[in-house]
Amino acid sequence: MDAHVAQLQMQYRNYILSLYQQGFLDDQFTELKSLQDDGSPDFVAEVLSLFFDDCVKLVGNMARALDQTGTVDFCQVGANVHQLKGSSSSVGAKRVKGLCINFKELCEAKNYEGCVRCLQQVDIEYKTLKAKLQDMFNLEKQIVQAGGIVPQVDIN
Amino acid sequence: MARDGGVSCLRSSETMRVGIGGMESPPLDLDEVHVLAVDDSLVDRIVIERLLRITSCKVTAVDSGWRALEFLGLDNEKASAELDRLKVDLIITDYCMPGMTGYELLKKIKESSSFRQVPVVIMSSENVLTRIYRCLEEGAEDFLLKPVKLADVKRLRSYLTRDVKLSNANKRKLPEDSVPVNTSLPPPPSPFTISPVSSDSSPPLTISPESSDSSPPLSPLEISSSPLSSPIDDEDDDVLTSSPESSSAPEESPARRQKMRSPLD
Repeated sequence: MDAHVAQLQMQYRNYILSLYQQGFLDDQFTELKSLQDDGSPDFVAEVLSLFFDDCVKLVGNMARALDQTGTVDFCQVGANVHQLKGSSSSVGAKRVKGLCINFKELCEAKNYEGCVRCLQQVDIEYKTLKAKLQDMFNLEKQIVQAGGIVPQVDIN
Repeated sequence: MARDGGVSCLRSSETMRVGIGGMESPPLDLDEVHVLAVDDSLVDRIVIERLLRITSCKVTAVDSGWRALEFLGLDNEKASAELDRLKVDLIITDYCMPGMTGYELLKKIKESSSFRQVPVVIMSSENVLTRIYRCLEEGAEDFLLKPVKLADVKRLRSYLTRDVKLSNANKRKLPEDSVPVNTSLPPPPSPFTISPVSSDSSPPLTISPESSDSSPPLSPLEISSSPLSSPIDDEDDDVLTSSPESSSAPEESPARRQKMRSPLD
């Protein structure tokens, strides 16, 4: 039993480290984790869930704004990008945030093709992150179910 | 970890309340710090609420400047008799919000007789000097760069505690390092507290020529030679608000030193 828990914990640690190393997460995610405690054990999951809801909504708005047969309202697109940039920054979704920074510039330049491509990337990126974090939460659940404690991972 | 006396975790009912820009206020205890948080982003509201609760504050979170004014009873002319009992020790607001910006909210609060003494802190994801100056000149107590961290909130909390202890029930004396209110002149910008390198270890510092902050602060020269506004900021203002971007020269205001966090990369 202990060996199993230890193995799961190692797997978890490595997984988290890889998420940081590959640039999916940044120190704001670490900050969020530090705000979680026994009184609020699901804080990170709740915030991320809201973040991904935001992604769906904002990506939808941007897709609609870019799907105009007439003139595209780049200000509208930009406003949505700004919001997504804000929330991705607040949860530590580093890659999504980085894409939003590029996206903002493309909106300002009124670069239609660029915006469409960037939106596709944003869509892929947030979904990828969602899947990765789901795997992370699953690992946490497995550790707890095996009688272990989810380790604090020092990413420095 | 510090917890407030009441709720120690976000329950879904609270999340719901926050999500719809709920106005319900927690039961008020005169000894506890009550913070009004304003942000149009639900994610950010949840995070700031958590940060504030961890530092033992009661929090009311709303989703717009209008709702904030409504909560404070400032949205119409008639004075509410209930205002005497409404205890708000700090208002923390996002800058970029649709409809009413944090700056506009700040102005309205500073124009009100009931709440002008309440410290207002602005949060922004954009590290734009003209924006920061504009807010400080309008009387903002502090300016936080997003994403906001626990250390930032702890710093705010530490100067609030001093303030609340000095005050009695409804009259809040100004914090020692804040500007005295002068009703005939627009208040000069409040001293800007330097953010120490390790903000959780040292108490907040007020500006002095010999700063004990170990990090090299920006010199006034550096600040005034920065571009007055960036295209990105203008764009933001155009998109989200109709208020014109002010381009007042920073050298008109007293020199400010500030530890600038590096721009988000």
